[in-house]
Amino acid sequence: MACKYRVIYCLNQFFGGLGGEDKAYQPPQLIDGARGPGILLEKLFPDIQVAATLIVGDNYVAEKTEAAIREIIALLAPLFEAEGVDEPHLLLAGPAFNAGRYGIACGAICRAVREGFAIPAVTAMYPQNPAVEEYRKDVLIARAGEDVMGMEDAVRSMAVLGIKQLSGAELFPDRDGYISHGRRKNYFAEKTGAVRAVDMLLKKLAGKPFTTEYAMPVFDRVQPAPPVHDMSSARLALVTSGGIVPRGNPDRIEAASASRFGVYSIQGVSAFSAGTHQTAHGGYDPTFANADPNRVLPLDVVRELESEGAFGSLHGSYYATVGNGTSVANAEKYGHEIAKLLLADGVQAVILTST
Amino acid sequence: MTKQIERVGIPVVHACSIVPISKTVGANRIVRTVAIPHPFGDPDKSPEEEKKMRKELVKKALMALATPVDQQTVF
Amino acid sequence: MTFERGHLAVDDVRFGGQNELRERVLVLDKKTLSDFLLSRDNRIDTCIVSIARPGDSTRILCIKDVIQPGCKVRGDRPGAGKKHVLDNVAVVTCGKIIGYQEGIIDMSGPGALYSPFSTTLNVVLDIDVVPGLTPHQHEETIRNAGFAAADFVGEAARSATLDTMQSFAGLEDSTVSPDLSRVVYVYMLLSQGLLHDTYVLGRNAKEGLPRTIEPLMLLDGAITSGNCVSACDKNTTWHHQNNPVVRELFQRHGRELNFAGVVLTTEPVRLAAKENSAQKTMELVRELDADGIILSKEGFGNPDADQMLLTRGLEQTGIKVVAITDEFAGSDGFSQSLADSAKEADGVVSVGNANERILLPPMERLLGPISDLSKLAGAWPHSLHEDGSLEVELQAIIGATNELGMQTLSCMEV
Repeated sequence: MACKYRVIYCLNQFFGGLGGEDKAYQPPQLIDGARGPGILLEKLFPDIQVAATLIVGDNYVAEKTEAAIREIIALLAPLFEAEGVDEPHLLLAGPAFNAGRYGIACGAICRAVREGFAIPAVTAMYPQNPAVEEYRKDVLIARAGEDVMGMEDAVRSMAVLGIKQLSGAELFPDRDGYISHGRRKNYFAEKTGAVRAVDMLLKKLAGKPFTTEYAMPVFDRVQPAPPVHDMSSARLALVTSGGIVPRGNPDRIEAASASRFGVYSIQGVSAFSAGTHQTAHGGYDPTFANADPNRVLPLDVVRELESEGAFGSLHGSYYATVGNGTSVANAEKYGHEIAKLLLADGVQAVILTST
Repeated sequence: MTKQIERVGIPVVHACSIVPISKTVGANRIVRTVAIPHPFGDPDKSPEEEKKMRKELVKKALMALATPVDQQTVF
Repeated sequence: MTFERGHLAVDDVRFGGQNELRERVLVLDKKTLSDFLLSRDNRIDTCIVSIARPGDSTRILCIKDVIQPGCKVRGDRPGAGKKHVLDNVAVVTCGKIIGYQEGIIDMSGPGALYSPFSTTLNVVLDIDVVPGLTPHQHEETIRNAGFAAADFVGEAARSATLDTMQSFAGLEDSTVSPDLSRVVYVYMLLSQGLLHDTYVLGRNAKEGLPRTIEPLMLLDGAITSGNCVSACDKNTTWHHQNNPVVRELFQRHGRELNFAGVVLTTEPVRLAAKENSAQKTMELVRELDADGIILSKEGFGNPDADQMLLTRGLEQTGIKVVAITDEFAGSDGFSQSLADSAKEADGVVSVGNANERILLPPMERLLGPISDLSKLAGAWPHSLHEDGSLEVELQAIIGATNELGMQTLSCMEV
């Protein structure tokens, strides 16, 4: 079968088959041929050949992005020195679905490859993936579902977009299924603005669907709260989305897509320990947190600072949930409820830890 | 969650390892932590050194809470 | 009350021995035109008259206004009687006043697509004034010269054979089915000072607004322009004379909607005044019992605030709003398009991003008070290349992002 498109495929440690969170710090490696989703890609598109697969740990890229990208570019460079038949046409990364760190890795790789090697580089993410806001401007991100159930659709989307971009065709977010870059672009419509305005108003008045030509920006930023006036007398509370819960996870907070948060007393508790607490979070290697939960929620040093007078007093409970693919709507709900509880207790400052 | 707490007027410092995510989440006071699986820890250090580092990080967080900011700020 | 507009188009405009319209060619006596303008206002020092035709390699610069020539053949008050207008002839005034000098029309090339006046036969007046005038007097001199010239040129249409005739009935006289939605047009006018003013029936729009106005008066030229900053979304007098929203609403009146009236309102400079103006405008809209409004704007920046105040206020009382606006999203298209925002503004027609850049090729002929493009001072960024081509933002082109909705330019998110 003649190969029309040579693709470099980038995956994280999990989809590359190296392991789970325990391998999240894997440095990048380049192997011949396809792995995981790349195999699916070749099956769906017989004229695509995955020339090489780059596998790298999520955390490796997400934590020290610049250095990791330099390494990755250096690894990929020899592939581009080969001219003519062997040169790659296109790079695909992911799909990252709703995983933030994987999204960062995919976004950063695509951006760097496009800039450095001038080939189309496409990834796919769920629109609410936290990495979208950072990368959508200059990276082509196909719309994907929330999880692996959407794998085939996402792989298909990425490939089609990449091929379209190769052909130089103009792309439109709705028609071509990618997350809009957020760039405003002029074009000549068929009708004048005045005619379009009257058309739109008539639709609006008739309760018919219409499409606005400019969507008002939604500024969902909060005004910074004023700083604590006198920390030495302030009441402090601890909140975590890192999933630190009492051993046994009595409230059964889910390892991902948590549907609740827990409220746990720390009255008289001077530190967490492996014997009393654990992590419920499934989105990171739990070894270190389970060995010493203070590494995620630093109760031990907080208590020390309390007795030293660095702040006034610690709220009697802490709040915990798991921030692993938790929907924005749920996170907002928990935040809202926690805020009410904090206000009721006169809490003046919060340290919120995440993983 | 940081936004909802801040909205009621309580200053929040978001301690996390991936600052871009913290910014997307909308936190106004951000402290960068060590690493994802151990934001306030470092298994490569001795327990005493680790705890000392942890304490310094929390002190930074307290400082951030006592600092006025008018936009998203990484401490 | 009825108003009739007779239209005619000509095949060409030429200079000749006498002023006449013969066999669809408009002949102008250059000397009598400039003598006429000089004699009626001794503040004019010189007046150079030129003709720019569609397709010419000509660029007109420092444009102050564009006016449609015509003459009132019957009727003694605005909005009543009959007027003849020349459809495809325009009087274009240029001049250098203290302030910005933007306002370009390219008669050919890529820039021509962005102005309606690249397709009209333009009688271009380059007017210079006597020394010692204040900027206000200077502006007024050129403005009035433009109106006088349009009347002069329009005289040719008085006894001409018309191509078409349109008849409009006053809104109170028409009987419309009560099932049709009542649509009011809220017409925002820039009224912020020198080079930023508009005139209603000869009076500065700062006075007496907000007010309702019989749309027949608008068709009869009740509104004239005194502003020339921001070429892309400045409403020239021509735009006011041919308001496309008014035309469209009249067109569909009685069939798809009930054109219930027009409210003129201003764009004041202070917030308190803006809020006051918005309040009064909303009262007038409610008095007209509107179901929905079309809201047009002039200019950008602080007028965005007026537009959002009105949109928010009216939508909150259940009156549906469609606002027409241009955008200033940066030359890369990534900046925030408007200075203000309202979540109620869910029906917006965009007439384009005015920051988008265009490369205008060199033209053989430059008309206007500047012959050296490197001396062009503008409110908009531009750069002159070595080969004489001019890179500008669409901001510089007259009518490019007209917020009455005259053009087909629009904007999408990609």
